[in-house]
Amino acid sequence: MARRRYTQAINDALFEEMERDPKVIVFGEDVELAIFGDTRGLLERFGPDRIRNTPICEATLTGMAVGAAAAGYRVVLHMMFSNFLYTGFDAIANQMAKLRLMTGGQLELPITIMSGYGGGRSNAAQHSDTPHSLLMNLGGLNVAVPATPADAKGLLKTAIRGRNPTFFMEASGQGGTSGEVPEGEYTTPFGKAAVVREGRDLTIVAIGTMLRPALAAAKQLEEQGISAEVIDPRTLVPLDEDTILRSVAKTGRAVVVDEGRDRASAASHIAAILADKGFATLKAPVKRVTVPNVAMPYAPNAEARVFPSEEHIAKAALSITPVAA
Amino acid sequence: MSQPTEVAGPTPAQALALYERMLLIRRMEEKLSADSAAGVLPGAVHLYIGQEAVAAGVCMQLKETDWITSTHRGHGHFLGKGGDPNAMMAEIWGKKTGICKGMGGSMHVADLTKGILGANGIVGGGLAISVGAAFGEKLSGAGHVAVCFFGDGASNQGVFMECLNVSTLWKLPLVFVCEHNHFSEFTRAEQVTAGNIVDRAKAFGIHTAVVDGNDVEAVWKATGDALARARRGEGPCFIEAETYRIQGHMEFEKELLAGGAYRNQQEIDSWVARDPIARWGGKLIESGVATPAKLEEISTRVAGAVADAVSFSERSEPADPELVFDLMFAGQRP
Repeated sequence: MARRRYTQAINDALFEEMERDPKVIVFGEDVELAIFGDTRGLLERFGPDRIRNTPICEATLTGMAVGAAAAGYRVVLHMMFSNFLYTGFDAIANQMAKLRLMTGGQLELPITIMSGYGGGRSNAAQHSDTPHSLLMNLGGLNVAVPATPADAKGLLKTAIRGRNPTFFMEASGQGGTSGEVPEGEYTTPFGKAAVVREGRDLTIVAIGTMLRPALAAAKQLEEQGISAEVIDPRTLVPLDEDTILRSVAKTGRAVVVDEGRDRASAASHIAAILADKGFATLKAPVKRVTVPNVAMPYAPNAEARVFPSEEHIAKAALSITPVAA
Repeated sequence: MSQPTEVAGPTPAQALALYERMLLIRRMEEKLSADSAAGVLPGAVHLYIGQEAVAAGVCMQLKETDWITSTHRGHGHFLGKGGDPNAMMAEIWGKKTGICKGMGGSMHVADLTKGILGANGIVGGGLAISVGAAFGEKLSGAGHVAVCFFGDGASNQGVFMECLNVSTLWKLPLVFVCEHNHFSEFTRAEQVTAGNIVDRAKAFGIHTAVVDGNDVEAVWKATGDALARARRGEGPCFIEAETYRIQGHMEFEKELLAGGAYRNQQEIDSWVARDPIARWGGKLIESGVATPAKLEEISTRVAGAVADAVSFSERSEPADPELVFDLMFAGQRP
């Protein structure tokens, strides 16, 4: 094991995959200098044919990813902030999400789109969105939401080697977070959730950036005699329903934490699955801790008001869990 | 800017092949028009009748390894680049044997083995895809090119400017072919399009040509020049082919327009008089490349090909609905 920061782990994965397969190319806005640090150094190693800065033209970049993939490349497209996906949405929603089916399976699209998501740093509403559920809803797209450096590396490698378009959602506020990363070659499979913390009394399903406050909340609850299990789905498409249902079958209670806006969120999707397939095991309503249906405000105190925190998670847990006698 | 390539016109054999290909596109679509009028086709069809010289004149100079992206009016481009008429007809009829297994339909016929990246239901949807394919080919260095067909309507999409910019900047082997057919769906071009479309491409300093899109030889020559430039690594070219959409935006549109009209019969007739197939046939006879009997023989062969496509489609099983779940992802259930 080695300690790596989240962005270093992503950077390692890119170096290793570009080294491994000459058909892997990277393009996007400012990938050469890389404000997040994740694509830094690739230009010096691999040259401008394989990694290059593009104009700011998201509608074209997403379409180009489709065309370059059709021409035989494994495309890594960096879209910087997830809000910029919206300006590139035609090729995302109408082309890459659909063309495999529409061409009768002729067109394979090994595309990885990287973008940073989430708030908490006064970036205001146009640089803070968490669009997981929009992407989940389109069909035909995988959505990976790594929460730790180890999973960031392993999931990115799986995405790049895969045969389907995948959104690799970077927890942009956690680029500096360190964690243990296995030495040597490994990949993290899609559709396998991680039980990050075992517990008996309730299950907290925490997506991406929400893992950290969820673990802090679990610790806080422990002090009050409540044993919380924490599950990190790692990918939302495909979603490991079994691990979530198995955990809730054991605990009978669930809080789902998602940085997306509440309405039709990834959290509400998971809550619906629990209501549908886990109803008989539930001892209490499924709670969601999400961002209210508002745009993310700028002022730090206003942002803190709506941003899901350790306190929000603990409060939701306590609302459905009797404090141990 | 380099000198134009000296482009020869089509050889007699190529001239006859162009005629036959245009006629195949026409006769296939006349059959689809009749089926649509009879109310038996599963979905809407947008017909290419009147524009055949553009698809044939461009595509018949491409190799299978060159790419095209097409539009919602894409049957001509599909057949022009050598797509199988049987598999196209079966696709439009929603059959299992369709080129996309019945999952795409008229607006999405594609054959990757022939470099046909597909018709596209989104106006302007093919532009960026062709840029990506051209980028891939530039990196591969195999000398293949991409051709993007789009209409005057798509030229008003912002993505067109983006694609001109990035393809010029990166000197991509790409030919933009704008088929100016005078209509954005049910709206006349002059109502929605400012200036000359070619001037938008000229602003990037790339090679441009404006041709009579109903003259297959003119299209052929402009394309030959553009392809030679693209293959030489000079970057993208832009061709504007002026033509006319003889049919409506879609078949069956009269029922939707409720008596409204965006053009008159006199205008349509004036363009029917410039029919690209009749013109080319006349020229072939005049120049001695073909006799009327030769053209008749071609016409009979084309009628046979259409009859074969119809019979193939009729004999085919309907699409397999379960395939939806197999095809959405590679190696993964949705």
